[in-house]
Order: sequence, then structure tokens, then C-alpha cells
Amino acid sequence: MKEFIIRLVYVEMLGHDASFGYIHAVKMTHDDSLLLKRTGYLAVTLFLNEDHDLIILIVNTIQKDLKSDNYLVVCAALNAVCKLINEETIPAVLPQVVELLGHSKEAVRKKAIMALHRFYQRSPSSVMHLVSNFRKLCDNDPGVMGATLCPLFDLIAVDANSYKDLVISFVSILKQVAERRLPKTYDYHQMPAPFIQIRLLKILALLGSGDRQASENMYTVVGDIFRKCDSTSNIGNAVLYECICCVSSIYPNPKLLEAAADVISRFLKSDSHNLKYMGIDALSRLIKISPEIAEQHQLAVIDCLEDPDDTLKRKTFELLYRMTKSSNVEVIVDRMIDYMISINDNHYKTEIASRCVELAEQFAPSNHWFIQTMNKVFEHAGDLVNSKVAHNLMRLIAEGFGEDDDTADCQLRSSAVESYLRIIGEPKLPSAFLQVICWVLGEYGTAGGKYSASYITGKLCDVAEAHSSNDTVKAYAVTALMKVYAFEIAAGRKVDMLPECQSLIEELSASHSTDLQQRAYELQAVVTLDAHAVEIIMPSDASCEDIEVDKNLSFLDSYVERSLEQGAQPYIPENERSGMINICNFRSQDQHDTSTHTLRFEAYELPKTSAPPRISPVSLAPSTELVPVPEPSYPVETHHVASVPSVSDTGSTELRLRLDGVQKKWGRPTYSSPASSSSDSTSLKAVNGVTQSDVSSTSTSRTRDSSYDSRSAQGEISSEKKKLAASLFGGPSKTEKRPSSTSHKVARSTSPAVEKSQGPKAVASSTTGVVSEKAAPLQPPPDLLDLGEPTVTSSAPSVDPFKQLEGLLDPTQATSAANYGAVDNTKAADIMSVYSEFPTSGQSSVIANPLPTNAGDANLIPGLSTTNKTGHAKGPNPRDALEKDALVRQMGVTPMSQNPNLFRDLLG
Amino acid sequence: MGIRFILMVNKQGQTRLAQYYEYLTLEERRALEGEIVRKCLARNEQQCSFVEHRTYKIVYRRYASLFFLVGVDNGENELAILEFIHLLVETMDRHFGNVCELDIMFHLEKAHFMLEEMVMNGCIVETSKANILTPIQLMDKAS
Repeated sequence: MKEFIIRLVYVEMLGHDASFGYIHAVKMTHDDSLLLKRTGYLAVTLFLNEDHDLIILIVNTIQKDLKSDNYLVVCAALNAVCKLINEETIPAVLPQVVELLGHSKEAVRKKAIMALHRFYQRSPSSVMHLVSNFRKLCDNDPGVMGATLCPLFDLIAVDANSYKDLVISFVSILKQVAERRLPKTYDYHQMPAPFIQIRLLKILALLGSGDRQASENMYTVVGDIFRKCDSTSNIGNAVLYECICCVSSIYPNPKLLEAAADVISRFLKSDSHNLKYMGIDALSRLIKISPEIAEQHQLAVIDCLEDPDDTLKRKTFELLYRMTKSSNVEVIVDRMIDYMISINDNHYKTEIASRCVELAEQFAPSNHWFIQTMNKVFEHAGDLVNSKVAHNLMRLIAEGFGEDDDTADCQLRSSAVESYLRIIGEPKLPSAFLQVICWVLGEYGTAGGKYSASYITGKLCDVAEAHSSNDTVKAYAVTALMKVYAFEIAAGRKVDMLPECQSLIEELSASHSTDLQQRAYELQAVVTLDAHAVEIIMPSDASCEDIEVDKNLSFLDSYVERSLEQGAQPYIPENERSGMINICNFRSQDQHDTSTHTLRFEAYELPKTSAPPRISPVSLAPSTELVPVPEPSYPVETHHVASVPSVSDTGSTELRLRLDGVQKKWGRPTYSSPASSSSDSTSLKAVNGVTQSDVSSTSTSRTRDSSYDSRSAQGEISSEKKKLAASLFGGPSKTEKRPSSTSHKVARSTSPAVEKSQGPKAVASSTTGVVSEKAAPLQPPPDLLDLGEPTVTSSAPSVDPFKQLEGLLDPTQATSAANYGAVDNTKAADIMSVYSEFPTSGQSSVIANPLPTNAGDANLIPGLSTTNKTGHAKGPNPRDALEKDALVRQMGVTPMSQNPNLFRDLLG
Repeated sequence: MGIRFILMVNKQGQTRLAQYYEYLTLEERRALEGEIVRKCLARNEQQCSFVEHRTYKIVYRRYASLFFLVGVDNGENELAILEFIHLLVETMDRHFGNVCELDIMFHLEKAHFMLEEMVMNGCIVETSKANILTPIQLMDKAS
């Protein structure tokens, strides 16, 4: 029978359903034979989850076995308890488990502790009265003590303060463990009970975090462990790593930090990728406390960033994420975006995209850069990022710099408009990004006067048509169209709708979506109005102006009074009416839905005292609601005031600007009033047609000033570094001074037009050569030469930079010398293919090429692309001459006329 | 919670032992195993023994034809888990004497018993080989 059950386990393990046999496993738990019983329990724990129907059959067996005289039977039952008992069945076994805490066998005590741990995980309240049992650490058996640490760790993680008294005991236990007081059987690779040490260090890290007094008790023992650990074995390093985690979590101590930094540098210098990984992780922990230690490890970090190993790379990005400052944000975010584009894993893509956004929002050096970065993020991961990000971007464009600098704002907007007009034609843009595009084009497309209304509307129509299945995008597009037309009318220009626009609107006014219909009809209505009316409905560039709406509609008081005098029924607030809960008030509809249709488990709350809607004054903060200007008709409808009729004429009377409490996110942190705390009661609705809520809550604590300061300080420190890594650790602002830190400068300055920028490029690439020679283990980042094949970069460090320089400075050699170096076979194939595509202007003399191998073919590559491979330029002159000769002969030109331009013309 | 699952998979990608410390349905297990086994088997010796997969971190180690994969939470010490795998193998070595894939295939329950002694609720509770093996030896004797 046992064999069959094991087979069943196999069947499940290989992914097939074996539920037909579960009952036999359950039956086997009744068996008298110990081995069979335990196998039965094992099978049951593997097959069933705690909510399975068969559990009820097992509980009885467990109860019986917990009473058994044979401790092995008790252990088997406790194992099953740990896996199978759910919240409802805990009371059935709890008393017995508690009794077993005093069992004479340590194995049973240990498992009983773990069973309680499991109960705590399932339902903390069920074992709350037993928590004191965990505090008894003084069990004689180290195994039981070690097991007790698991539940204690969980408890301390939840609430560290009530366990501060145990710090002394933990420290003394750790000391004893480190001094090898435990039995030898717990040793692992000559380390005394390393797993217990690690768990104790984790607990100490929790207890010492932010607590100076507790931390001081720990310093000695942690220092001891740092000294004693054997750094040649894996397990020793594991303990060391845990020490670093502990040191970085507790109140900092300079000596320990130093020891930690030493260990980190050893990890990072190690050949083992595992240790590098741990080193990077440890570094990112320690960097919070002492940012300066990153300096010495720049190269190692860059190394890990370039590593082909994905895991290491991600860990390094995590480190970069933590060390981002305003000085290096551009480099880091660029890197992140490049990496984000290169991966397919959606889970990680989402994470890294949100990190990019976060960093960009926090540290953006300029609005222009921010917009460009956001565009990139949206383009490649638009559907994965939070929609809030899109709203933030729109708000930024709308608010501009937040200062009175109108021209700068205009520039920003027009650059945004331009970039969007460029992007808009691309297929497969994510929906969130399209919404931003539509909104920006609608709001600012015609603002600069650069683009005509018909051009913008044409583009918008294209968007709406191209994404006909996406209602949200279409809605944004229609609203944008409406705005463009409204601005045109308001400016006194005559509007003639494009035919495709007209047909679009007609199609949408018969749409299945009521929202689209409404927008379409609104547009049609707006177009027929005169300029004055339109200007009031759709004021130009008013998206930032928040408007207060009087939710209580006190302006209607006189009207109500009049009606009452004429004998109308007075309004009875909804909570005073019985039996018609859902009918009139939309505000509480959701609450009531849940309360009437589902069972409630929590206690009933006290009845709310809601203020009668007509009485309370406007200025009460909780009852004010900010809604947008331009569409006064339906924000009001969709919002909470719907219980009171006839709001259509209210728009202009009670609306006034309210700017206090609105934080200017970009530019200096200026709050127009200290009333930012009111932001939780008022929900801001920014900008026309953008349904956005809780804007103000997203941007609470941005301390930009401090980051500006740190930028300059950081710059000074890093100016000493003549390493490639400096751009990451120092700042791009310093790169001009240090031509060696060109990892990104180069990438940017090498435009495809090599001929024009030969001087600077030559300098740039030669200096990178120098750098990469200095940093022998370092692979130059692909950006350095990101124009060419990856094979180029790997051999670059071996090149003499000065030769390279020569080759570049002489324009006649540039084309020929470039191809010379180690042109391996794969590249030869490449070159051949390039050649074959080429109009060789009637010359068919390739075969007759006197030069050996493929040098002649290589020459045919136009100068523009060959300079990419300057890494190989060695410039051996005799060969050069030969080659040139061959080339010239091929082209049918006399050798005397060495004019590179001629070649270029010929070769196209 | 620490350890979320322990898998032993051979070079062909066939599961030889699977123990989960949280409940997943059969389908979820199959998908998860497929994905992570593909990820881990594709890596070479030089790359580090840790792989991120969704919310898990997977620590793996290869012994001859058998891969040991342990899925852990983010807070776990990866290097320690790597050594835990080795401890597990040492323990099995001591019991089976030079353990190989076949030992685990034909004594699946024993391998599970050892794991049950070493890991409970996703925590490492016992690291003394003697303590781990005593109950198993006693059971062998009794039957």
C-alpha cells in the first residue's frame, strides 16, 4: 500500500490529478505501523490544503495521535498539524499542542513550538494568550531554542518594542553560539551553528533599529563575529553578510561600519558572482548610512552593471536606484530605460518603469528632460505604469515651472507638442500615452501658433480612427478636438471642420458609449456657439485653475425659500427617511449597496450625523470640492451634488479660484499657503476633462532644495576621480572638466555625422581607450561605441589610443584604417552583406582584388559606418597605402587623386 | 515566512521532489516549476546562483545531474540558503551513502521526512544532522 501512495505522490508531482487516491492516503494515517502512518501523513500534507473537505476526517486521527505514547507518532501528527490545521480547527488541537510544550522529548517540544508558530501565522488572535511561551528561551536543547527563534522573529517584526527586554538574552545566546558552546553536531563547515547565528542577527537587526541603547549592547558581539568569521567558506560569508545587514540596521557605530565596509570590498573584489551579488546587496544597505563608501567601489559596481548575468544586473540597478541623487539621475535613469527596453519580463518591467518614474519625479534636473524621459517610459511600458503618472505628466505640462516665466512655459509646451506630433504616427502606442498626447495636443496644440488647427485636428482624428476599439482614447481625442475648435472660435477665427472629423463626430454621436456620445454632442453644440460664449465655456490655458464648487448650493436658498412659501414640500435629508435609502442620494449609494447586499461581520457603526445640505456655510473645508471649470455641466452631475436639481445656471455665480493648499510640484517648493493638510479633505480636480483625483496627496514631501545642495557638494568630491564610473557616482555636470568620464558624453556627442565631429570624437574615443586601459578588468560600457557591433567593444581595450587618434585625425585614413584591425570572420560576413547591397557603380573587380583576405571588401563600406569601428584602427601605414591603392583601382580612379569625398560620392 | 518551496529537478527538467510551504493549485505549481526550471537550467556555472522570479528569489545549486531549487522571500539571506542546500545534501549523503538521483527517486518519502525535520512553516528549524536522522533511523528499525 505504501508503494501505491508514493506513486500517487509522484503522479501529483509530475502535474497530473491524483485526487481519486486522496482518501487512501487519509486511510493510511490510521495505520498502526509507524512507517505507514507517517507516510500517510506525508502524503496527506502533500495532497491536501487546509481547506480541503477531507481534513475533517483527519482531525480526529491527529487528536488521537497527539496523545500517543510513542513520540515519533506525536511528531508525525505535529507535522500534519503544521500543514493541515486551519483557523476553524485550531481550537480542536490547541490544548493538546500546548500540553506538548512540556513534553520530555526535545523533538516534540520543538515541533509543538512550530505548530504554535503556524497557528500564529494563520490566526494571531487564537494564540495571543500563549505568546509568553515563546519568550521562554531557556530551553536546554539548542534545537528547541533555535526553533523558538522563528516565531519570535515574526513577533518582533510586528512589534519590536515589547521585546526590547530580550535584547540582553539574545546577545548572550549569540555570544555563546559564537564561542562554540553549542554541541558539535550543530557545527557546519567549522562554523558554530551558523543558521542560528544568522537568525539571531536578523532578530537583533530588528530590535536595534533606531534604538541606540539596545544597539550599544550588540556592538561587542557583532564585532566579535566580524573577527571570527571564516571568510573563505560560503557559510562564513553568509554570516558576515548578515552582520552587515545587522550593522546597517542598528544605530550606526563607526568601528562596525568600517568592518562592514571591509567585508563589502572583499565581496565585490571576489571572482565569485555569488559574493559580488551579496556585496552589491550589502552595499545598497550600507549606502543609506555612509554614502561615501560607494566611492571606492565604483568600478566594481560598473562592472556588475555590465555583467551579462541578469540577476547581478538587477541587483545593481537596485543599488543605483538607492544611490540616485539629482547629480546622477540622468545617467541612471537613462540606463534603467535602456535596460527596461531590452527585457521582456513584464513583472520586472513594471517595477523598473515605476522606479524610473519615481526617480524622475524626485530628481528631474529640468522639465524638458522629465518630459523626454516620461515619453520614453510611456512609449515602452505605457500600459504597465500607474495611470497617476500620466496625470502627473499632464499636470506638469500644464503648470509649467510654477513661476511667472511664461516664455519658458511656452517653450516647454511647444517642445512637448512637437515631440508628440512626431511620436503620434507610430503604431502600437500604449493607451495611457495616447491619452496624454491627445490631451496635450488639445490643450496646447494650437497655442504657439505654429501648427494650424486643421493640422492638429487631422492628427487627432487619425488617432481616434486608429484606436477605434479604445473608448478612453477616443474620448480624449474628441475632447481635444472640442478644445481646439473652441480656442479657434474664441480667437475669432472661422472654423471649418475637416470632413473626416465631421464623419468621426457623426459616428461617435451614435456610439454605444454614452460618454462618447455626450462628448460628440457637446462638441457639435460648442461649434455652433459664438465666440464670447465659447470663451466662457472653454477658457484658453485654464487647466491649472482650480475651481471651487459650492456643494451645498447655498445660492439656491432663496429659490427654495420661494418654493416653500408657495407650498412646496420641504426636503427631508436621506437619513431621516426610512425605507428609501438608495433612491435620492448618490453619495452614499456605494456604502448602502454593500451594507444591504452582503453579510456584515464587523459591528454596526453609529449613525452618521450628516449636515443638512442647505445650511452649512461654503467655507467649511470638508464640504468643499474642487472641480474643473470648462465643463460645468457634467462634472457637477457626476459628483455628489446630484440630489439637488437645477445646477446648470450655477457655474459662474459661485465659482471662484482657490489656490491655497495647491502645491507647486515643479520648481521651488512653494506652497501658496500652509494649508497642505487640507488636501485630504479636498480632492483636487486638475485640468480640463482629465478625470484625476487626489493630486495633491501624491506630491507631499519633495525637498528639492536639499538635493540641489548635495549636487554641488557631490561634484567636488568626485572631481578627483578620473574613472569612467565618475559619471555615475559624480555627476554629469562635471563631465566637461574630466574628459575621461565620458561614458555618456561620448555616446551623445558622436553623432552619425562623423566627418563633422571628427575632432571631438577622436579625443573622446581616445580618452576612453585610456580609461579602459587603466581599468583593466572593466569592459567599456556599450554606450561608448554603441554605434557598432558588440564584438567591437570587447577588443577595444587592447588598442593604442594614440594610434587610434592618428587614424581619426587624418580624414583620408579614417575610412581605410578603420577596417584594419582584428576583423574576424563574422564581421567579414557582415561586411560582405553590406557590400552586396551596394551599388558598386559598375565595378565588378572585387575578385581581382590584390589584397589578401577581405580587406578590399571592407573598404567599400561607406565612411559613415566604418568609423564606428575605430576601436580597431591601428593605422599601419604600408598596408594602408596598399589598401588604398586597391580601393582606388577598384573604383577606377587614378591613385593620385586621394579625395575621400569622391569615394563617398561614388559610394553614395 | 522565509522558504516558500523546495524543488529537486534533474537535468532534463523532470521534478524529483517538490515541497511547498504555501498552497498552490496543481496548475500553478506546474506553471511555476516550468518557468523557473527553464530559467535556472539555462544559466551557466559562472553566473550567480540566484534568480529573481516574480516575487520569489530562487536559490539553486547543482549536484551532478540534480538541481536543488529553493524559492525564498526577499528578506532571506541567499548565501545561507545556498549552504542550507548543501547541508541537506550532506544529510542525505550520510543517510544514503553517496546520495544520487536514484536514491531520491526510490526513497522519496525518506527525503521528505528529512525535509520535514529540517524545515517547518518555511523556517529552518533543525541543522544538526544527528537530530534530523534519528527519527528516520528509528522508524527503519521499527519496521
